[in-house]
Amino acid sequence: MPADTAPSVDPSRRALLVGGLVAAGGAAIAAGSARSQSAPDTMAGHDMSAMKPDPYAAPMPGMAHGDMTTVGLVDHARNGFDPTPMLTDWDTGTTEFLPDGRTLRTFEVDAIDKEIEIAPGIFFPAWTFNGRVPGPALRAKEGERLKIIFRNYGSHPHSMHFHGIHSARMDGVPGAGLIGPGEEFIYEFDAKPFGCHLYHCHALPLKRHMHKGMYGLFVIDPDPARQTDPALAAAAASRALGSPENANWQEMAMVMNAFDTNFDGANEIYAANTIGQAYMNVPIRIEKSRPVRIYLLNVTEFDPINSFHLHANFFDYYDTGTTLTPTQRTVDLIMQCQAQRGILEFSFAEHEDGMYMFHAHQSEFTELGWVGMFDVRGPEA
Amino acid sequence: MSEQSQPTRPPLIRLLLVLLPLAAMLASFVWIASLDPLRSFNNGAPPVEVLTVERTILDEAGIQVLVRAGGSEAMNVAQVAVDDAYWSFTQDPAGPIARGDTVWLRIPYPWVLGEAHRVAMVSNTGTVFEHEIAVAVPTPKGSAGQMRLQALVGAIVGLLPVALGLMFYPAMRGLGRQGMNVLLALTVGLLAFLLIDMTGEALELSADAAALFQGAAMVWLAALASFLLLMAIGRWRGQPEGLALSFYIALGIGLHNFGEGLAIGGAFAAGSAGLGTFLVLGFALHNVTEGIGIAAPILRIRPPLWSFAALTLLAGGPAVLGMWAGSLAYAPQWSALALAVGAGAILQVIVEVSSYLMRQNLDRQAVLLSPAVLGGFLGGIAFMYVTAALIKV
Repeated sequence: MPADTAPSVDPSRRALLVGGLVAAGGAAIAAGSARSQSAPDTMAGHDMSAMKPDPYAAPMPGMAHGDMTTVGLVDHARNGFDPTPMLTDWDTGTTEFLPDGRTLRTFEVDAIDKEIEIAPGIFFPAWTFNGRVPGPALRAKEGERLKIIFRNYGSHPHSMHFHGIHSARMDGVPGAGLIGPGEEFIYEFDAKPFGCHLYHCHALPLKRHMHKGMYGLFVIDPDPARQTDPALAAAAASRALGSPENANWQEMAMVMNAFDTNFDGANEIYAANTIGQAYMNVPIRIEKSRPVRIYLLNVTEFDPINSFHLHANFFDYYDTGTTLTPTQRTVDLIMQCQAQRGILEFSFAEHEDGMYMFHAHQSEFTELGWVGMFDVRGPEA
Repeated sequence: MSEQSQPTRPPLIRLLLVLLPLAAMLASFVWIASLDPLRSFNNGAPPVEVLTVERTILDEAGIQVLVRAGGSEAMNVAQVAVDDAYWSFTQDPAGPIARGDTVWLRIPYPWVLGEAHRVAMVSNTGTVFEHEIAVAVPTPKGSAGQMRLQALVGAIVGLLPVALGLMFYPAMRGLGRQGMNVLLALTVGLLAFLLIDMTGEALELSADAAALFQGAAMVWLAALASFLLLMAIGRWRGQPEGLALSFYIALGIGLHNFGEGLAIGGAFAAGSAGLGTFLVLGFALHNVTEGIGIAAPILRIRPPLWSFAALTLLAGGPAVLGMWAGSLAYAPQWSALALAVGAGAILQVIVEVSSYLMRQNLDRQAVLLSPAVLGGFLGGIAFMYVTAALIKV
């Protein structure tokens, strides 16, 4: 009971009376406008009889903060893609040699309308590349000739706009590779510069075509032969997919994305690789003796930036991946604006076995799905 | 014009004539449902989804909301986020929610006393239904102590002012014709205020109810029905006056207090409590006129003493019942319905008191615009308006 100015009355009676008056006061204000709310009044006792007013003070069975989770599991088989295998599912296309000895690498990409389950029970009418969101993680090597055969099986005009160096004719904007439903276009250019890039549909309105799911990683591995400095050549070799130096690395592709399921210009689900909380439900297995490299891309619409935070560890970061020396050393958080991307390198070799969390450090994104776990163990475990 | 004489048909033929259109209706419905001739209208749009929150309970187990589905098809709540964080929840009963059905969503969320929370329910099509908890306080439970406390509140809000108003009875006796006119006009004025206030509140509440209750139509029709029924009952044996009229006024005010009690109990449960004694006193003052109004028609007679107790109980008691009902089973549509029925009852007493006032005077209609009556009427409205300012927040 709050302190009161009333003179001494039998305490129990007075308590009842004041409680009643306080309650009546609440009643009175409510009667005037049942739904208008007032700020909590310090005078009011919030007399709720025997109830514990503070939920933190009360025993709350099953109410630990570990309940911050989506409920149920996504049917990955129905979606046709699974976020765990997707981490290492690089699309390297098919190769042949050109008369001049260069490699011609050919990718085939189809635009397909598809409803996908982005969080347990929540379906999103996506526009996809090859039926998956994000689209295939295309991977080539610096200096190769690239040929991308793009077919539009969707209901709207689409394109593939590559972040790379190419001619205007191959840019994937209206008038240069933007095709209508049922049409086909072949993009051709050289793979340069090396780095961690992306492609996305550049049909207009861009925002809608992006957030409907039309984006993917486009990684160009550096050619070690082009490096004169032995240290840089070694770094390049470790990044060249298929090389012996690369074999020891645990590489994974992560695309930070989000979905505006009610089309109000704000996202309902945030994720790495589309499925909210996928890597909480199935933690990513990390063999702790081997180094980790993440090709990270941000394609979140509506929110200007996204971020990646690693728990209990620090990493080196190569912004855009176009350098062989880190652009940021020993950080545990990096920011990416829309379409920004980069490479993260770190090791858990000296760590205890355990679950190590990673997530966006915008708490809102984290709690709306963009959070995961690394399950770090030795090879024997 | 003479009466048209219809040839009388045998009963069997009549029955057949009724059955024929019914059979045709049934057949056409079956045909439409089975052949679906409207399927060409299906343009691939997702079903319309509507979810209305009817109750919110905050307790040591977290947040619980009672939601009613009202879309074009059965719908699913796929996920629940509280304050932009997806949270575990259980649905009772589980499964798709059929149109018009309600389910409880139980969310073990550690809410914070006195702060606001936002519950977002995401359907399987990705539609988001948001529900704001403006001030989080524990929801009162149906314990004996709680019920007693609410009864006390109801008594202060309903019974006390009516009893206080009736205590003016001895002082008001012996008033002359003019005094009576002023008093009756004052009564009509306060009733007019209540009518406007209640109708507005009922419409406001009904806007929060699920669409399938057709809030505004329900309010107007319920008010009309209650008005007509009470008029018919009241005039069963001539126009009511004296003690009978007092009882009708008490009934109207009682229904008003019941509706108000519902709203109070509901708001209490929703956590908008937390005020001082000042407002309680304001409320009592606001309602004192109710007792005066009830006493007005019996000034010329000498009613038995028990009738004062009965009038007080009839006019004020429903506030207690409303409090209980509202805090334990609050739903906007039922509160709106109760308020609408009350509004109809108030309208009935306005008509009856006005007609009584006219019958008391020889010049009938002219008295309505006499200074005493007009002054009393406007004074009643003004008094209610000014004292209402004390309790509107």
